[in-house]
Amino acid sequence: MPAEPSPVIEFRDVSYRVEQTQVLSGLSLQATQGETLMLLGRSGSGKTTALKLVNRLVTPTSGEIRVRGTSNVEVDVIHLRRGIGYVIQDVGLFPHFTVERNVGLVPRIEGWSEDRVGARVRELLQLVGLAPEFASRYPRQLSGGQRQRVGVARALAADPEILLMDEPFGALDPLTRDELQREFLSLQQRLRKTVLFVTHDLREALRLGSRIALMEAGKLVTALSPREFLNSADPRVSAYVRAFEDKLVSPAHRGTS
Amino acid sequence: MNFVRFILQNHTQVLELTLEHLWLVGVSTVLAVLVGVPLGIVISHRISLNKPVLAGANIIQTIPSLALFGFLLPVPWLGERSDRLAIFALTIYALLPIIRNTYTGIRGVDPAVVEAARGMGLTESQLLFQVELPLAISVILSGVRVAVVISVGLATIAAAIGAGGLGEFIFRGLAMVDNRVILAGAIPAAILALAADLGVGWLEERLRAR
Repeated sequence: MPAEPSPVIEFRDVSYRVEQTQVLSGLSLQATQGETLMLLGRSGSGKTTALKLVNRLVTPTSGEIRVRGTSNVEVDVIHLRRGIGYVIQDVGLFPHFTVERNVGLVPRIEGWSEDRVGARVRELLQLVGLAPEFASRYPRQLSGGQRQRVGVARALAADPEILLMDEPFGALDPLTRDELQREFLSLQQRLRKTVLFVTHDLREALRLGSRIALMEAGKLVTALSPREFLNSADPRVSAYVRAFEDKLVSPAHRGTS
Repeated sequence: MNFVRFILQNHTQVLELTLEHLWLVGVSTVLAVLVGVPLGIVISHRISLNKPVLAGANIIQTIPSLALFGFLLPVPWLGERSDRLAIFALTIYALLPIIRNTYTGIRGVDPAVVEAARGMGLTESQLLFQVELPLAISVILSGVRVAVVISVGLATIAAAIGAGGLGEFIFRGLAMVDNRVILAGAIPAAILALAADLGVGWLEERLRAR
């Protein structure tokens, strides 16, 4: 195995519990520069919590998370978060702001000049496939897919090195999801961000990920490349793969999930 | 329309008492907003304080106003001037709708929006001033609206302790068993309540986050 480049995000034996519930136990995992690391698992496996630990929306009970080589509690939390793009399933656009102000918010807070913010917003809208006239619209005037495009543009606004994505395409219809996944791939090819991507959808994980970390009941099962994942002999991995194969071969069951 | 003639004959006094009334309601409402909105903000972020604060505001609300004026009369600084006392009483009565609506308005902001804002690295004050308050403003203002309308009515009772206002006519009319005099106080008070309601409603419309 070749020497790994230094990790951009590193979980070191991280555990998290709320009252009696052990949400995460002993998670150790690394994401290297430019990779798309998928956190795959069913609901309650702790994958979303793992993501929120990175930008400190959640503080671990034990262990540490290192971001770009330093423990993320050693840097100012606001500074930390501004350097990390964050995209969630419900998007969370500010309903009282236009698309332009939504996307430009962090650059403005960071004190960019109006010209620079304007140029950046136009550039980002184009990047996520939205026409310039969308800049003056309000979130409620957009479709779900358009909203998530704005969500991605907003996360990229201050050009963060790291992107955290929590089931960003989970609430979209299959066709829109497919389209956004395709665009995510081409975007990622150009931008080479370090992406931590949470999903429960194996197909999404196989399609978008450079590595897939399977989580179960708060523990990391294994982290494998998509190819290795499909061929893994690990019963927990193959069980996950089989569940999706079953879904594919028996279309009668579709829509019941 | 006897009372119309009465109002016209006493128009300087009607005007004077109306202005006094407005003063009592205006000052107490401003004070209630200055106290109530920050309190509402605090309890929407410190959920453990929400029950005691709202319970306190609720208890105040249950004290009959006439009794409250009476209780406050012997309080040193407050009792010295009747308008001071009346403004204090009106302020604490106005707190409940303002605190509760501020709390409800802020808690009502979509959690996804708040999570996204935090995740993007907004500071707590940026979150409050750029996101939570603008989104909660119309709910907060409808609380202010309720508070103002209640205050206009309550302020008539302030006349009982000599704080002036349109209640003067009402109490005088009651003593004289003269409906004209009662109406000379009650009708301007009703108009004031309606005007205040419309005024704050207009503000609410103007400030509503799109």
